[in-house]
Amino acid sequence: MPLLTVENLTTYYRVLRGYVKAVEKCSFSIEKGEALGLAGESGCGKTTIALSLLRILPPEGKIIGGKIILDGTDILQLNEDKMRNEVRWKKISLVFQGAMNAMNPIMRVKDQIIEAIKLHEPNVSKNEAEERVNKLFELVGIEPSRAENYPFEFSGGMRQRAMIAMAISCNPELLIADEPGTALDVIVQAQILKLLEELKVKLGMSLILISHDLSLIAEICEKTAIMYAGNMVEIGDSVSIFKNPQHPYTVGLISSFPNIKSKKMKMISIPGSPPDLLDPPPGCRFHPRCKYALEICRKNNPELTAIDKNHMVACHLYGKA
Amino acid sequence: MGEKLIEVINLKKWFPLRTGFFSTLLKKEIYVKAVDDVSFYVNKGEIFGLAGESGSGKTTTGKLLIRLIEPTSGKILFKGEDISKYPESRLKSYRKKVQIVFQDPYESLNPRMLVEDILSEPLLIHGISDEKEISEKIYKIMEAVKLTPPEEFLLRYPHELSGGQRQRVATARALMLDPEFIVADEPVSMLDVSIRAEVLNVILDLREKFNVAFLFITHDLALARHICDRIAVMYLGKIVEMASVDGIVYDPLHPYTKALIDAVPVPDPTAKRIEVVIKGEIPSPVNPPPGCRFHTRCPSFIGDICRTVEPELVELKKDHYVACHLYQK
Repeated sequence: MPLLTVENLTTYYRVLRGYVKAVEKCSFSIEKGEALGLAGESGCGKTTIALSLLRILPPEGKIIGGKIILDGTDILQLNEDKMRNEVRWKKISLVFQGAMNAMNPIMRVKDQIIEAIKLHEPNVSKNEAEERVNKLFELVGIEPSRAENYPFEFSGGMRQRAMIAMAISCNPELLIADEPGTALDVIVQAQILKLLEELKVKLGMSLILISHDLSLIAEICEKTAIMYAGNMVEIGDSVSIFKNPQHPYTVGLISSFPNIKSKKMKMISIPGSPPDLLDPPPGCRFHPRCKYALEICRKNNPELTAIDKNHMVACHLYGKA
Repeated sequence: MGEKLIEVINLKKWFPLRTGFFSTLLKKEIYVKAVDDVSFYVNKGEIFGLAGESGSGKTTTGKLLIRLIEPTSGKILFKGEDISKYPESRLKSYRKKVQIVFQDPYESLNPRMLVEDILSEPLLIHGISDEKEISEKIYKIMEAVKLTPPEEFLLRYPHELSGGQRQRVATARALMLDPEFIVADEPVSMLDVSIRAEVLNVILDLREKFNVAFLFITHDLALARHICDRIAVMYLGKIVEMASVDGIVYDPLHPYTKALIDAVPVPDPTAKRIEVVIKGEIPSPVNPPPGCRFHTRCPSFIGDICRTVEPELVELKKDHYVACHLYQK
């Protein structure tokens, strides 16, 4: 049984002009110890999925439908207390985007992590918590004595490491890393990526890596899901997705990615830009930008259909053949 | 090509740091050596890449070239003439030939001006006020940056445009005066991947059609690989290696360049994994390490010489320059 199964998750944000349909009927699952990469452009709903999984959406955000089944229970049915005491941080935790600014600037790093531990595990004593911080720091590769520092005394990479230490402080089964490499330099980004991969293996965690950068996902994820305008358009085994992409959007996205190892070439872009999610186009949300669009694409939104053992795609070009 | 358009010789920019009262009395000034003795040239119609991590001095170099900031010392030769000491009055004519496209198109366009006004402003400033001439020019440039049909964009405000369109407006603005050289400072880093190529292809087109030369500043080597003709890699205010794109990608010599290239992930799950051979992060440019600035992180550290002597940038192979003691014996 998979660790986490998400079925038809739908999340909207209420704004003055109506509803932003940020995530619409997204389904996926993750096995224990598996890494899933969630890719897509800005505004496609990647972060909304992460916030929905932890149920920490801002007040205007609401999960409209679907199921999030973790270890056999649908966490959308749990009340707020249970959610806080049993799920958040202990089962699912999140490394927020923009680690540079995600910490409280006037608290020592150590105290921030202890606060997180004590909040979710009230029975842990202060000494035990301190002990744990030291171990965590060793695990993520920071000298434990530096835990006494304030965030401003840390470099960008160290702050990102400290955020990861905080996220794994209560031994979660699933770690979600939201754009962990963005805003970091290439070399530091590579170090963080290696760290995440190492922790996944060492602690047997599952990992969701959210990134707009496909190459990061190709690097450490066994499974890849591609999102477009709130829909999941393709999901499957990473090798299969990268080597044999089926959805026209995935094909475009992969070919617009520069590869340092390949010959010099002209880059390809996908014409147009992503739709306004207040009023997404009917049918397949990608059809206005798709050069293969058929009549049916304007009317019906295609569902994810298996085209291979570990490869599903939501496109009218496939499936019915 | 082959003719030098702009050449920089021993360019330095040291920013003074504010220090305490006593150190001022003792005349001990502390500087951030953002750009420290950099030399390179850009040929006519060439796209020259400046790569490196944040804090390496790329943007400062770009701004120096168009004199948005004053160099501390060194020469900037534009068609053989040193513009680094030009008084303000002569800069206006220089800036007609040299333009810049900034990183963030969400901040570089005045939100209260129509696209039409944004594009005509440079012409008005430089004394071209014939309406017909201006409008013809605007149409021509908008075609070139693929903002077509122009009528659809002219009467819009920046907030009505997407990121890619804004960046093309910023590029169009830079082109209004027919410049020969454009500094493009991370022009696509704020854009989504699927629309980056639009802006990049515009740059490649312009070079082809108008023979414009570019200084392309980027932290993304994978991108530079497909856009630039030659690349210089900077580290803490110094150029550590400079060569053709193929030279840098296939035959990197400096340990830092090697590490940088090994750390770039490839969008292919079956490819060779990235390697992280160097530890830590780029040190502060306030007190850069003595000797070779990279020695504190270098995997090929060879001894005292790296700690004490600053390596010079030497031509090791044809048009392939490197500053490293490994190759200087």
